[in-house]
Amino acid sequence: MDRRATFKSTWLAFALIAPQLILVFIFFYWPAAQSLFWALTLEAPFGGATQFVGLQNFETVFSDKLYWNSVRVSILFALSSTTLTMVMALLLASFVDRQLAGYRVYRFVYFWPYAIAAPAVGLAFRFIFAPDAGFVSSINKVFPNLWNPALDGLDAFILIVIANSWKMIAYSFIFFLAGLQAIPRTITEAAAMDGAGVLRRLWDLQLPLLAPTFFFLLVINITESFVDSFGIVDIITGGGPARATDLMVFKIYSDGFKGLDYSMAAAQSIVLMVLVVSLTFVQFRYVEKRVHYA
Amino acid sequence: MADIAISNVTKSYGKTAVIHGVDLAIRDGEFVVILGPSGCGKSTLLRMIAGLEEISGGTIAIAGEAVNEKEPRERGCAMVFQNYALYPHFSVAENIGYALKVAGVAKAERMRRVREVAKSVGLEEYLDRKPSQLSGGQRQRVAMGRAMIREPKVFLFDEPLSNLDAKLRVQMRLEIRKLHQRLGATSVFVTHDQVEAMTLADRIVVMNAGKIEQIGTPSEIYDRPETLFVAGFISSPPMNLLEVTIPVRGEAHAGDIVISTPAFLAGKPGAAAMIGVRPEHLEISAQGRFSLQAEFVEKLGSVQLVHGSFAGRDFILQCPATQPVAAGQRLLFDIPAAAMHAFDPATGARIPKVQPAGRQNEPVAA
Repeated sequence: MDRRATFKSTWLAFALIAPQLILVFIFFYWPAAQSLFWALTLEAPFGGATQFVGLQNFETVFSDKLYWNSVRVSILFALSSTTLTMVMALLLASFVDRQLAGYRVYRFVYFWPYAIAAPAVGLAFRFIFAPDAGFVSSINKVFPNLWNPALDGLDAFILIVIANSWKMIAYSFIFFLAGLQAIPRTITEAAAMDGAGVLRRLWDLQLPLLAPTFFFLLVINITESFVDSFGIVDIITGGGPARATDLMVFKIYSDGFKGLDYSMAAAQSIVLMVLVVSLTFVQFRYVEKRVHYA
Repeated sequence: MADIAISNVTKSYGKTAVIHGVDLAIRDGEFVVILGPSGCGKSTLLRMIAGLEEISGGTIAIAGEAVNEKEPRERGCAMVFQNYALYPHFSVAENIGYALKVAGVAKAERMRRVREVAKSVGLEEYLDRKPSQLSGGQRQRVAMGRAMIREPKVFLFDEPLSNLDAKLRVQMRLEIRKLHQRLGATSVFVTHDQVEAMTLADRIVVMNAGKIEQIGTPSEIYDRPETLFVAGFISSPPMNLLEVTIPVRGEAHAGDIVISTPAFLAGKPGAAAMIGVRPEHLEISAQGRFSLQAEFVEKLGSVQLVHGSFAGRDFILQCPATQPVAAGQRLLFDIPAAAMHAFDPATGARIPKVQPAGRQNEPVAA
């Protein structure tokens, strides 16, 4: 079906898309170009002489052990956070879809975390999971020193994964629920008549039919955990302890604005951008082929 | 093979009752059609037999065993849905064989039975297709095959033909009937289409507003409707109904018109009644005692329906297509007493006829 609108004058068409183009230009292409420029120069922290150095900044970045640490942490973070988010979101969505007791309330409540800004989430989790005074500190009374994100890198990592997932589950939940409710109820009923139990139906019918939603959320969640986790890390752990939660996006900030090394930060953001773009490309190119759009 | 015993079954959603105490005994191997207008509770009743709706009150027993608390899969029923409910990402073969796969039947055996069933519903060549690549009729066959492969004790059909075009509907109707003759499984078929009901059923259950109005063979329902609702709902064109009063036995008055009712009405003289007579039973003749001005004429091929008004109500005469009738023309006709049905206008219940001396062909009411 041809759904293209045709305009008599190209002038009108350009006028209509201009606001969007201007926004994208100002907030994406311009900063991206500026970063690329900085990444290829040595930038003085207080302005002044810039010196073109070619790819030297990138060479420095890639030979830095601390940088590779943050790449490793970021990938682990993206994988664990996305897995936790999607599993929990699917679980909650199927509970609500099955109309378990109180589902009308949960349908609303589950979405709220997404409306909370990441630093606020971080602050709440920092208090709740504080090893000495938080809600979870009682576990340390029973098992001394079992939980201490301020000292133990793994604890800190788990904490930011939980906080990020808690926020992101809301988003995935809404999409999963919409996806589940778009599956005609008679299909589930037919499967029930065919003898399939709840889990079997989930596995054989609902999951395959949710594949497009699943794929979309996979892309969104992985991308978000790479680029949108700054607020949580900044408030909860500040990248520590011992760089155990030093995500790429956080390292860009700390190198650039705390270390005042703009050139290094710019080079790192170019790397992160290329990484996210290529991940998304790979996902669309290879994973999408395995998705049945019913 | 199994009989189904439904006793005093009720269904309510919150405070809204949709089925009010239904009793129905379906015999082993019988083909029962539940017929009624939209919203009468017929699909809900079927879904309660299937186990897809909870039973609010009463019991449903299949093969002598109460199934109220049983999961759908434990009831031995297979169901064909109105929208087919095929699994869109499965091939035809996978759709048909899914029940066996769930039951853990080995792949070779499963494929053998899938082929067998596909052959009997004429789908052998389509086994690898996805439902989206099939026509409506073929999808319907897949749904039937999926129900058949389980060799169920009971087949449940939820308006399975209403999404098909008219020609295909007639064809699938025949196939369903043949299938039933071949398999002999107890079948319950829900529809709002009375032609489907008349042609398919061993017995018809007419439902209205959550209650059963009448249970009987198609000819019983047609010849002897037990309530005003059944009289009006069954058959097309609908039965003509006249409001009358009965001043003396054997005579009914509809306004100025006096209708003689020789074999008539056990009821008391002076009572009000509804008299019903089917358009096809009216006798059109030059000696007719009643007359009707034709307002318009519907030609249906073999017959034509003459619409007009009689005794202040819409009235239809059926006459052969050969008879020349035009709008505006006046037709004379008689109402044969034997073809009359009478109902109590307050309760809708049938008023039994009194058996007159010398007439043996009228059924006697209990």
